[in-house]
Amino acid sequence: MNVPEGLFYTKEHEWVKIDGNLAKIGISDHAQHELGDITFVELPALHAPCEQFKQIATIESVKAASDVYAPLSGKISAVNNEVVANPELVNQSPYEQGWLLVIEITEESQLANLMDAEAYKNYLKENM
Amino acid sequence: MENKKTPLFEQHNKLGAKSAPFGGWLMPIQYEGIINEHQWTRNNCSVFDICHMGEFMIQADALLSNLDKVLTQNLVNMPLKTCKYGFMLNDNAGIIDDVIIYRIEQDKWMLVVNAATAPADFEHIKKHLAKDNVKIDNVSNSLAKLDLQGPLSREVLVEIAGEGILNLDYYGFDYFSVLGENIIISRTGYTGEMGFELYINNDKVIDLWNLLLENKNVKPAGLGARDTLRLEVCYPLYGQDISLKTSPLEAGLASFMDMKKDFMGKAAIEKKQQQGLGKKLCCFQTESRRAPRHDYEILVNNQKAGIVTSGSYSPSLGCGIGMGYIAEQYSDIGTEISLEHENIKINAQVVKRPFYKKGSLRG
Repeated sequence: MNVPEGLFYTKEHEWVKIDGNLAKIGISDHAQHELGDITFVELPALHAPCEQFKQIATIESVKAASDVYAPLSGKISAVNNEVVANPELVNQSPYEQGWLLVIEITEESQLANLMDAEAYKNYLKENM
Repeated sequence: MENKKTPLFEQHNKLGAKSAPFGGWLMPIQYEGIINEHQWTRNNCSVFDICHMGEFMIQADALLSNLDKVLTQNLVNMPLKTCKYGFMLNDNAGIIDDVIIYRIEQDKWMLVVNAATAPADFEHIKKHLAKDNVKIDNVSNSLAKLDLQGPLSREVLVEIAGEGILNLDYYGFDYFSVLGENIIISRTGYTGEMGFELYINNDKVIDLWNLLLENKNVKPAGLGARDTLRLEVCYPLYGQDISLKTSPLEAGLASFMDMKKDFMGKAAIEKKQQQGLGKKLCCFQTESRRAPRHDYEILVNNQKAGIVTSGSYSPSLGCGIGMGYIAEQYSDIGTEISLEHENIKINAQVVKRPFYKKGSLRG
């Protein structure tokens, strides 16, 4: 599984890319692989508030509907409408074109609750 | 209890399958992906490992043995080498199982039953069959089953089993010489496409699997695609769409009962016919790509009207599709319904079955 360096990860398999006070969010390669063919993505409204580890989006595959959780608290500053129109982008390019949304973060200290690439790789090894 | 594995388990691993428990078996759900496998079956030909399903061999006169009474279909008028789809019902007309009946000889039958229900089915049949001049064997553990499905399946099979395959009508079967064995091949399936079901002894099934996959038109498909394929043509899945709690009447499957003969559960069926059904198994299509799921509630005008029994994204239609029981007064074609679960709310419409109408089933 592809686990790029420089990103943060959650136990629920979201990834986070930090750029100043903005956090770009998606699901990991492992997550898209586990879900299989992704057929539907529901994203939150712009400017909606979100809270760390609370549900923020929904992804459906052929087999099931799954929740996506906010890795950090803040408010939604961008959503990727491309994945709403073409959900398969999440399978094809989970870290690039398949990104889901951007959070303007309010509590940088919450990053301590996330894993770096090394820790996430170990987490996958231990739990799979 | 640990899940059973089919003789093909290692083959699936080699092909990179993702497996999961189904009916007490660890079964391949997908290989390269459900949507690709679904489309390949609709356009080419797929092979499915269906070894988990149960088979009973029965030597019995249909009437004298009571076998005809245990099943809703008329066995007496079945031509040799044909199959029928039917039910075993309990006295309340609840469905014990849905089965395919094969008439091999005048007094020789094969019943093909669901994996999870096979042991209970066997006990039920044994209990109600006469003891004299009857022989019933559960051959599920020694007989393997592969399904070959898709518009190219007939050509693929001719190469392996000979031109005799071309003589099989829909729901007909015969014995064919394959890999030095005499095996039953029927023109049946669960996908809505031209297709066949092959029954071969366990010790030869790996060879047959690999032989089929040597043809470049054939790819393996898992139970994930099997489920989306059958749902697009509105075939019920036992344990989900039909069960002990439903009768063939509300499931819209009355045509698989012969009301001119006697069978277990018939009295309850007649009573239901007089009293009215209350609910009906309906098909519905969503307005978006969002799919209904098993156990979502069905609402009409904000009133609870039923429950979803099967649901999925439809690869052929590009939207959500499902089946579920809806109160009769809301079951008309065209009724606008809402499918709800926690914070999910999906708009849908009751539609005519099947969803997918272009299948190559009848050739």
